[in-house]
Amino acid sequence: MPEQNARIEQADILFTDEQGQLMEIAQSFSANKSPIASVRQQMTADGSIERDLWAEIAALGWLGVAIPEEYGGSGLGLGEVVSIVEPMGRNLFSSPLIATTLAAQVILAVGDDDQKSQWLPQLAGGSIAALALSEAHGDWDLSNLTCTATVDGDSLRLGGGKTFVTDAGLADLFVLSVAMDGAPALLLVEASDLPDGALRREVVIDETRRSYGLNLDGLSVPRANLLTGGDASACLKSLHLATCLLYAAEMCGGTAGVINVTLEYLTTRRQFDHFIGAYQALKHPMVDALTGLDAARSHLYHAATIFEFGTDRSGQGGHGSRDEVAVRMAKAQAADAFAFASDRAIQFHGAFGFTYECDAQLFRRRALWCEQQHGDSQHHRKHLAGLLL
Amino acid sequence: MSISPQEKAEFQAEVSAWFTENRPADPGYLLPQSFMEVGTDQQFDFLRTWQRKVYDAGYLGMAWPKEYGGGGKDQAFQDIATAEMVAQKVPFMTNTIGLSWAGPLILNMGPDAQKEAYIKRILSAEDIWCQGFSEPDHGSDLGNAQLRAVRDGDEFVLNGSKIWTSLGSYADFMILLARSNTETNTKYEGLSYFLIPMKIPGIDPVPIKKLTGEFGFTQTFFDNVRVPDSCLIGEEGKGWQVAMKTLTFERAVSGGQAGGVHSMQVSTDEVVEMARHAMRDGHPAIEDAIVRDQLVAFMMEERGLDLNNQRDKIPGLASEWPGSIAMARKLTNSEWRRRLNQFAMTLQGANASRYVGDDGAIDGGRWQRGYFNAFSGTIGGGTSQVQKNIVGERVLGLPKSE
Repeated sequence: MPEQNARIEQADILFTDEQGQLMEIAQSFSANKSPIASVRQQMTADGSIERDLWAEIAALGWLGVAIPEEYGGSGLGLGEVVSIVEPMGRNLFSSPLIATTLAAQVILAVGDDDQKSQWLPQLAGGSIAALALSEAHGDWDLSNLTCTATVDGDSLRLGGGKTFVTDAGLADLFVLSVAMDGAPALLLVEASDLPDGALRREVVIDETRRSYGLNLDGLSVPRANLLTGGDASACLKSLHLATCLLYAAEMCGGTAGVINVTLEYLTTRRQFDHFIGAYQALKHPMVDALTGLDAARSHLYHAATIFEFGTDRSGQGGHGSRDEVAVRMAKAQAADAFAFASDRAIQFHGAFGFTYECDAQLFRRRALWCEQQHGDSQHHRKHLAGLLL
Repeated sequence: MSISPQEKAEFQAEVSAWFTENRPADPGYLLPQSFMEVGTDQQFDFLRTWQRKVYDAGYLGMAWPKEYGGGGKDQAFQDIATAEMVAQKVPFMTNTIGLSWAGPLILNMGPDAQKEAYIKRILSAEDIWCQGFSEPDHGSDLGNAQLRAVRDGDEFVLNGSKIWTSLGSYADFMILLARSNTETNTKYEGLSYFLIPMKIPGIDPVPIKKLTGEFGFTQTFFDNVRVPDSCLIGEEGKGWQVAMKTLTFERAVSGGQAGGVHSMQVSTDEVVEMARHAMRDGHPAIEDAIVRDQLVAFMMEERGLDLNNQRDKIPGLASEWPGSIAMARKLTNSEWRRRLNQFAMTLQGANASRYVGDDGAIDGGRWQRGYFNAFSGTIGGGTSQVQKNIVGERVLGLPKSE
């Protein structure tokens, strides 16, 4: 049993039976439910996913993978979620799974008992959550907050605006970051509390995403919606890294997907009497794409093995910044690999690659979004330099 | 069969203590960086003695069969010992071709007589091995080998030459690919594979001076060299298959090597250290934003290569393009190493221009020499460009290049 050997060695990469099973199911599910024709069809719909399909995902138990059993989940971790997200990314499957999963992690980390018992079973069961973290300044630092919450009796008065709130149109619940008395705070906002017109669709580069701006001005929510069970700043940091981890998974999947799209063309398209994949000018960069992906997947599963979503990132037990290093490397490497593979995919399709009809652009747009959200490679390398040098 | 964590920990402590205790003192001259750079008798004697010492202590060939001189133990022990050699940066095992290519090949397909004759002496460095694959006109195109082997009764007569024979001046034996039949349908069918003694009449290894100014290779001439047909490994005319098998050991696609460290290891840690001392515009280079970015990129790449080896052992995570990590390993590692050496030079500012032999050369000029020697990795054993063809065709399934 390779897993057991790995365990004995306390290896940098562990891959459990559960992960293997989840990955297998997610692979066939994504391939069946999200063929490229469906992806394109869904791009013009209001939500990134149909409700029926979301219900199937909930029925598979994927939304509760990282939620403890006492709250209706299966008590695994984000490492297991990685092995679901990667195959989804491969098929450009779009859904609020990442946001919903991470919202649950936030509630687990800094919610009180009432909030946990109210929301976690719902999120495990199919309610949709959206993360409202980014702001108009575009700074990847999630603690750079201009949105505010002010206590007003039993209420909180909110102000400011959030951006890049994906699938806000489908969401039942929002996890929101604000500045409160100058310090970061996290709170929950129910979709039913939002006034008409609070959400505004954004036109974004990845057309498989449904992104919204959220206007908080004039909005008032119960003070009990605040998440006060832990350090909000540390939770935001964990949330940032967890998003990077799952984006890295999505990007690794996407890289494999776009390599396959390109290989299909290189082995069927003939020019000058040869399949074009026989030309070394195309073959060699495909090998570069593959080695880039291999490195990305290795970083990814290492990060998946050691990442812990917690509010204490100060370095207890020597864990320290080790998982932060792993996650940042995983995101940076995956972004570079996906950028290269999808950029070359367009080029290697020749004139067809220049058309909207060619699928290469779908992957390239996905790659750009994933790199541009939550820190590009250079940004992560800069933070890694601080951690390593 | 696996060993318990406690056994592992105990062995780890033992091997760590042994290497700490027994690592050889700095000889006072620059040691070669791998078996491809052994250029003086002094270097050779030093390395051969060191390998013998490691073998006698029981830390080489630990998983090879006991009856032929191996340790007969679980591979995990050798992996621990090898990792310790890497970690402690001890000198490398100079009999690389014997330990990593010829030895596993003989154990895999040689008759008992060959195992008995060669295996123990490979481990103890009593017999040094070299490889006769490349020829002056056929470097990466191995199947085109033209050195002739003509059967004469129960002997073969060898004529022609091989080139880039590492350790050619010192080797006792050679793995040799030669053409025993010129009348075949394809070039691959007429080849035979021999294990031949080097110190016999008619073999003349002539040293080649490398781009670094060092020696280490020979062109090896064969003039009516007579060897018995018992030197064959594999069937006569089936040498290509044996050569391909050898390459799987050489490129570490197959396991079964004797273990041990096989080149002077470089790591980004050393380059980071250098960046702390190097100056840029009056400040330590490590404070320079661009230098930091580059250092981190090298660290990421190094970490990725290391993690690749671990992931490759987990079937569930390495099944999509089977063999991709192993088949690309030489390509990715050798290219990384070349670029790291190059980057290390750039950190030295104007002192980057000093070379081995200059008193002011940083680290004795080993980064300059390392950069040049790194091309042995990106060229030897099939150039990076050939490797990309191989990975593109066998792993990605792209059509063969003309």
